[in-house]
Amino acid sequence: MEPLKKIVSKTVVMASTNIDTDQIIPARFLTVTTRTGLGKALFADLRYAPDGTPNMNFVLNRPEAAGSTILVAGHNFGCGSSREHAPWALVDHGLRAVVSTAIADIFTNNALKNGLLPVIVDSVTHRWLIEHPDAEVTIDLQSTLLTLPDGRSIRFPIEPFARHCLLNGIDELGYLLGKLAQIEQYESARGWREHA
Amino acid sequence: MSARTLFDKVWASHEVVPESADAPAVLYVDLHLIHEVTSPQAFAVLRASGLKVRRVDRTLATMDHSTPTRTAQIFGDVPIALDDAAKQVRQLEDNTRAFGVELFGLRDPRRGIVHVIGPEQGYTRPGMTIVCGDSHTSTHGAFGSLAFGIGSTEVGHVLATQCLLQRKPKAFAVNVSGRLPAGVTAKDMILAIIGKIGVSGGTGHVLEYRGSGIEALSMEERMTVCNMSIEAGARAGMIAPDEVTFAYLAERPRMPTGRPWDEALAGWRALASEPGAVFDRSVDFDATRLEPMITYGTNPGMVLPIGASIPASGGDPVTERALAYMGLRGGESLLGKRIDVVFIGSCTNGRLEDLEAAARVLKGRRVAAGVQMLVVPGSQQIKREAEQSGIADVFKEAGADWRESGCSMCLGMNGDTVASGAYAVSTSNRNFEGRQGVGARTLLASPYTAAACAVTGRISDPRELL
Repeated sequence: MEPLKKIVSKTVVMASTNIDTDQIIPARFLTVTTRTGLGKALFADLRYAPDGTPNMNFVLNRPEAAGSTILVAGHNFGCGSSREHAPWALVDHGLRAVVSTAIADIFTNNALKNGLLPVIVDSVTHRWLIEHPDAEVTIDLQSTLLTLPDGRSIRFPIEPFARHCLLNGIDELGYLLGKLAQIEQYESARGWREHA
Repeated sequence: MSARTLFDKVWASHEVVPESADAPAVLYVDLHLIHEVTSPQAFAVLRASGLKVRRVDRTLATMDHSTPTRTAQIFGDVPIALDDAAKQVRQLEDNTRAFGVELFGLRDPRRGIVHVIGPEQGYTRPGMTIVCGDSHTSTHGAFGSLAFGIGSTEVGHVLATQCLLQRKPKAFAVNVSGRLPAGVTAKDMILAIIGKIGVSGGTGHVLEYRGSGIEALSMEERMTVCNMSIEAGARAGMIAPDEVTFAYLAERPRMPTGRPWDEALAGWRALASEPGAVFDRSVDFDATRLEPMITYGTNPGMVLPIGASIPASGGDPVTERALAYMGLRGGESLLGKRIDVVFIGSCTNGRLEDLEAAARVLKGRRVAAGVQMLVVPGSQQIKREAEQSGIADVFKEAGADWRESGCSMCLGMNGDTVASGAYAVSTSNRNFEGRQGVGARTLLASPYTAAACAVTGRISDPRELL
């Protein structure tokens, strides 16, 4: 995975609360066996008319959205299914961060493993971002600061190990494989008991 | 040591490496369930890295999400209609063969929805950690296991190491007192709970459902409750195992007998939260006051008692958008609205007791003209049991479509979809926009309510037909 240190971009705003994984990528696009090329299915039911032509009222289809890598979304983004296809589709589309007041647990885990940064901000900052689409924002993972165009910086929480992996482009599987001796020790100490 | 919760105990006994400020815990997984949709990319990682499935004895595969429900497509010569779905099914067959993983294949009599077959076939046990690349893995928490959904990258982690990197969530007590009134089900209970705490109310928490209202539930009802924990945003839902749990388990395949059973039982009895155990949050419910619940919007928290009026949007754009999608207005009642489709099934309400409840309403009645009713058992075993007991005949005689098991119309991946603009009363778990098909309008409800709506062709209070 490519290291992720700093994101500087205009924002795209989807203010709706509870944007669920079925909206991010509808289930009919999950019949794939690879993780690539899902960007075209991102927000498919919102982005395209039934005949497949782009819906130009949808925010990601507006010309100003081109090249934006930061999505500002309403409260509880990514709720619903565990489908990792959701962050795969967002990343394939070119997005690198989602900013909200709350992001669902499984989506957060999945996003962190794919170089998509979940950024939680307070409601005042969030409201400002919602009201100022296309704002130029800097998200610095090293300092864990989100900086608004007027220079105000807001610290955001991120799980320290995930941050370390993102900053250095480390795959978590390698870390887990490094624990195999302890895993074997655990198994032999516990024996075959199927209960606590 | 301070009093511990059920969740504390299961978590602590699975820590291979405890969490620190710098790193999450390495958490051991006792049972890894896999299916055709979220596993192909994980097997690809194993292949690319030259890794094996570390513990095939703790891994079980089934196929459910993209599988057909038409008998001729499973047992006859009719091919699976969707090419991509057929490819996914073949890939799971290839992957499980290549890596030596047990698979309940397309024609296996034990096949079914992953969260139905785990408990049914005796794989799910109290005190376990159970994961699956599916958010409704929370279902297994009904047995006092810690069970949660993971993404495909994590599926790869578990296949390769039998472990996950996890931060410990917080504990949230959901206290339910009293027995449910007649005609009101566990589905109504969990919909009411989600309505109260909200679709993100459980984020970062593991719920423990407790109290006399939970103890009075059967295992199947408890699974319905735990299943929808994720719809409140929770990481998992758990219920302490008790005599109801042990009686269910004693009848399952693969269970130990004699002394090993007694030893297991002693361990399971010690799992319950201790008196005085502290939860980070709690909420109280009175089951005796609950009514049949139905959703009116586009998430499971937009729910009301079936006779109540839809709340006015009050200018809230999210509510306005949801009501516009649903073709409904604030202030009106849902009762009497015409419906087009009824779906009985899913990991939420596709077990035998759910089918029995629907059949109780349908017996001697017909599905209303113009309504399509699909009944999809949660597993092939449930299908056989329903056929032996005569319930399947009740559905068929009423004019419902009786199918093979699978996820089916819950998410419409296999082609079982609801038409755009059509109203579906569904016993499944999500009423998101487009969930059951592009433009489909889903109203979540209990098997009683769904069956009542099928008979009248309108949104109906099931208590009038019971």
